[in-house]
Amino acid sequence: MSTLLTVENLSKVYTLGGGLFGPARELVALNDVGFTLEAGETLAIVGESGCGKTTLGRCIIKAQPVTHGHVYYHPKDQAKVELTALGKRDIKPWRRDIRMIFQDPMSSLNPNMRVFDIVAEPLRIHRVARGKELEERVLDTLAKVGIAPDAVGRYPHAFSGGQRQRIGIARALVLDPRLVIADEAVSALDVSIQAQVLNLLDDLKSEFGLTYIFISHDLGVVNYIADRVLVMYLGHVVENAPTEMLFERPRHPYTEMLLEALPIADPTRRKGRSKELKGEIPYLGNRPRGCPFHTRCKYAQDICRSEKPALRSINGSAQMAACHFAETLDLKGAYESSIGGGDRPLPLEGRAGEGVVL
Amino acid sequence: MAVETMPPLAETAPPRARRESQLALMWRRFRQHQLAVVSLWIVVAFYLVAALAEFLAPVDPAFYSARYTYAPPQGINFIVNDENGWRFQPHVNGYKSEIDPAAMRRTFVIDPEEIIPVRFFAPTEPYRLAGFIPMSVKLMGVENPRDPFYVLGADRLGRDLLSRLIHGTRISLSIGLAGVTLSLFFGIIIGGFAGYYGGLFDSAVMRVIEFIRSMPTIPLWLGLAAALPKDWSALQTYFAITIILSLIGWTELARVVRGRFLSLRTEDFVTAAQLDGASDWRIITRHMVPSFTSHIIAAATLAIPGMILAETALSFLGLGLQPPIVSWGTLLQEAQNIRTLATAPWLLTPGICVVVVILALNFFGDGLRDAADPHGR
Amino acid sequence: MTAPLLTINDMSIIFTSPDEPDIEAVRQVDLTLTPGKTLALVGESGCGKSVTARAVLRLLDRNADIRTGEILFEGEGGKVDIARLKPDSDAMRAIRGAQVSMIFQEPMSSLSPVHTIGDQIDEIIILHERLTPRQARERTIALLDQVGVPGARERANAYPFELSGGLRQRAMIAMALACTPKLLIADEPTTALDVTTQAQILDLLRQLQDDYGMAMLFITHDLGVVAEIADEIAVMYLGDVVEQGDVFDVFRAPRHPYTQALMNSVPRLQRKAERERLSPIKGNVPSPKDRPQGCAFTSRCPFAFEPCADTRPARTSLPGDHVARCHLLTRTRAEAMA
Repeated sequence: MSTLLTVENLSKVYTLGGGLFGPARELVALNDVGFTLEAGETLAIVGESGCGKTTLGRCIIKAQPVTHGHVYYHPKDQAKVELTALGKRDIKPWRRDIRMIFQDPMSSLNPNMRVFDIVAEPLRIHRVARGKELEERVLDTLAKVGIAPDAVGRYPHAFSGGQRQRIGIARALVLDPRLVIADEAVSALDVSIQAQVLNLLDDLKSEFGLTYIFISHDLGVVNYIADRVLVMYLGHVVENAPTEMLFERPRHPYTEMLLEALPIADPTRRKGRSKELKGEIPYLGNRPRGCPFHTRCKYAQDICRSEKPALRSINGSAQMAACHFAETLDLKGAYESSIGGGDRPLPLEGRAGEGVVL
Repeated sequence: MAVETMPPLAETAPPRARRESQLALMWRRFRQHQLAVVSLWIVVAFYLVAALAEFLAPVDPAFYSARYTYAPPQGINFIVNDENGWRFQPHVNGYKSEIDPAAMRRTFVIDPEEIIPVRFFAPTEPYRLAGFIPMSVKLMGVENPRDPFYVLGADRLGRDLLSRLIHGTRISLSIGLAGVTLSLFFGIIIGGFAGYYGGLFDSAVMRVIEFIRSMPTIPLWLGLAAALPKDWSALQTYFAITIILSLIGWTELARVVRGRFLSLRTEDFVTAAQLDGASDWRIITRHMVPSFTSHIIAAATLAIPGMILAETALSFLGLGLQPPIVSWGTLLQEAQNIRTLATAPWLLTPGICVVVVILALNFFGDGLRDAADPHGR
Repeated sequence: MTAPLLTINDMSIIFTSPDEPDIEAVRQVDLTLTPGKTLALVGESGCGKSVTARAVLRLLDRNADIRTGEILFEGEGGKVDIARLKPDSDAMRAIRGAQVSMIFQEPMSSLSPVHTIGDQIDEIIILHERLTPRQARERTIALLDQVGVPGARERANAYPFELSGGLRQRAMIAMALACTPKLLIADEPTTALDVTTQAQILDLLRQLQDDYGMAMLFITHDLGVVAEIADEIAVMYLGDVVEQGDVFDVFRAPRHPYTQALMNSVPRLQRKAERERLSPIKGNVPSPKDRPQGCAFTSRCPFAFEPCADTRPARTSLPGDHVARCHLLTRTRAEAMA
């Protein structure tokens, strides 16, 4: 596998206020974020609201300028390019390779354009196809995401949320990208539609040889789709590990807390859990000193309040965590201990006659 | 920070949503607004009158007759009932003059005995409709041009009020339209730049707009209008007044445009276009402008009444358009004194037109606005 | 078994609109709420779960009409049929807020932005119980303390926008509990919250239910939350309650194809090796006006057979306290073919 994207020391600081009325305040949305992304993997970025996961996605794709740090993209047969150093015009060719899917399928499609034009727009902007070829590519991509060709003349409002999200996916894929950043791409959808879109993303990945950055707050979905998980808290990466290792044995107390809080669709696994959960996310403006998580951490010691732990590999494994006690803490995972898992409901056939009509 | 979780969206497609564009949808919503639809027809009727002024007006607005000063409205009758029985014959009645013994003034009274037949599509001297279509018929006229024909009455100089009203409609309505067009031009350019690029330019523009809007308008107009050279031609004054009106009018539209730009700039579909690598020009023209044309149309419609009222007010005060240009304002100027009101109340008809048109434009604009943005307000 | 607090029998709610045919948003729903128990009403958007809940408080829009059925409430003044009360009558007002209260997904929309949360809770207490402002404020502080608002005495003087999402939700819960209601309706109360905050709020609700012994009607689309908090579950699809019963029974052995499909749509926390591909429900929810005459799920059901489209399946009782509406429970496909 080859590296597709390298993010180094990425920081994003918003300056609020300033000018005539009082001094400016700084809000650190991303703090020294770094990771590498291998071609073909699905990296999930998880965390609660305000943790910086959306900002990170937008900084990578340069929808927002970064304050410090570098984002390198490794094209197929070329030396790496630093996206963060490129101007608006120079980055344009790479926009074909890195695409984005948005959270809200209502607002991410231009309501004044027909579906065909929405999907054709990137092809027209990059002048990669025209006429018959353009039409074929658009219809082809739409067919792959499950939109019938007779619907391409309609406007977005004539589609349901799930169908709109499919159109958004088609727009991302029509340029034949290598990396797709999906920002909460399924969280606005109903459960049954969410499953359809997850499966679709999975199929498209193997068909197009895609790499995903999957931004989500839903750990259940993340466990299903991701190969690796980046956990963020207050703009910091607190843990970066292969999905299974992370869910089996998290190395950062915040990850444990997230897993602990995750509701599981099985009443037999109900537990009086939230005794363990305390506090709320501090406001980004007044970030605690030391470890950003120490205000809510039940394992916090003196060192956590004064010294910020670095993100490091745990015992030389692929699992990285930023906790002073990552090696020693025995944190609880989310998988059931018994291998074999929960049972799926039986098919209905052959169970008839059992009921009594009321 | 984006909201991380949202309620699931309705998975069912809205009913009746087929291949309708946003404009088609807007039109459908607009049609449900009955008052607005009625108002639309009223507005259309008034603009038709303005367009066909020469054809509809029975006589030239400047045509005067000292014999019939302050002649009351004749109205039009359609049935003649004489010794031959009932018969259909459009006509007006002539006048008898009487001397009011108390005021020692000559007044006119309708004489039901005298019947002056009215012809529809009456031939007249050739004229050019709206300045370029040659025509030689008018909608209606009397057989003998010397017979009195004052459907809505006459003014101080014996000029036909109906004709003057029709020609005044053309000036007043077109000045509203022209003023809004000009305001729209400045509003879109300045507001668009401020909204799309933001920053210092935006702040500067907003301060200027606030400054202009904080000035009391009537004295400002008065000052500007008083500065117009007296020897300008009617056409020059007309355009000068239009420019004066839009000097203030553009601020409101610029604010609307800027607001739409600001809110659209953060919409996901605009971000998506940016991430497609689209140029600023393409984003503005293909993605942003079509998304707010409906809002702009509604805002512009709502700005027309203000223009018309402003022109009327200026002309009424004698500082806007000057006679011989006929506008609703100059017509109302003649109804300024109490004597006129007592002896010739029909001279207030232009006021009724102003009220009807302003109300209709406002209802129509409201309807458009609601249709353009059903969730707004 | 304790006597039911609220019984909804055969309730249908029709939405009328001047230029479109009537829509039956809720059809023939039967639900029972028992003191101390939580009934979770589950379904996807547009299934009628919120409409059902709002009907109990008579908070429906003008164009909605409870066409048939009854909502029997065992109130302080004896049994009343809420469906027969006028929405703005005194009798209804005595129930709303005092005996039945509701919390919403977005607390900001139900808290007034211009009054402090303390004042808003005081007002409700004073409105329904004869207390002096000073006594009311003491009650308010005790309530805020109970719902886990840290520094309740100071926070009572805060405006809603000064609080975080979690604290706002807690404040709204305190407000709903101000008059110790017998029934609490919670409409997606945790959907807008982060997972850790959600877990805290769910725990709080469970705790409060133990303390007050109230019944709770919990509306959600999240099966994980249902499994966490519910005693009983009712699954809705396009206005029908397709399956209802004890939460353990229904999760262990869902009997309606829709419930099964819904459960198969949620990714499970499994290791990679045992991970199964999700089997989502095909297609989209049809618009209410295209709903089949018979079972609403026919168009998407993998097991649909001859009677499904035309005949509405009856409520079928299954072992335990488990009821479902599906033809497959009474006859096999083979029987139908014959």
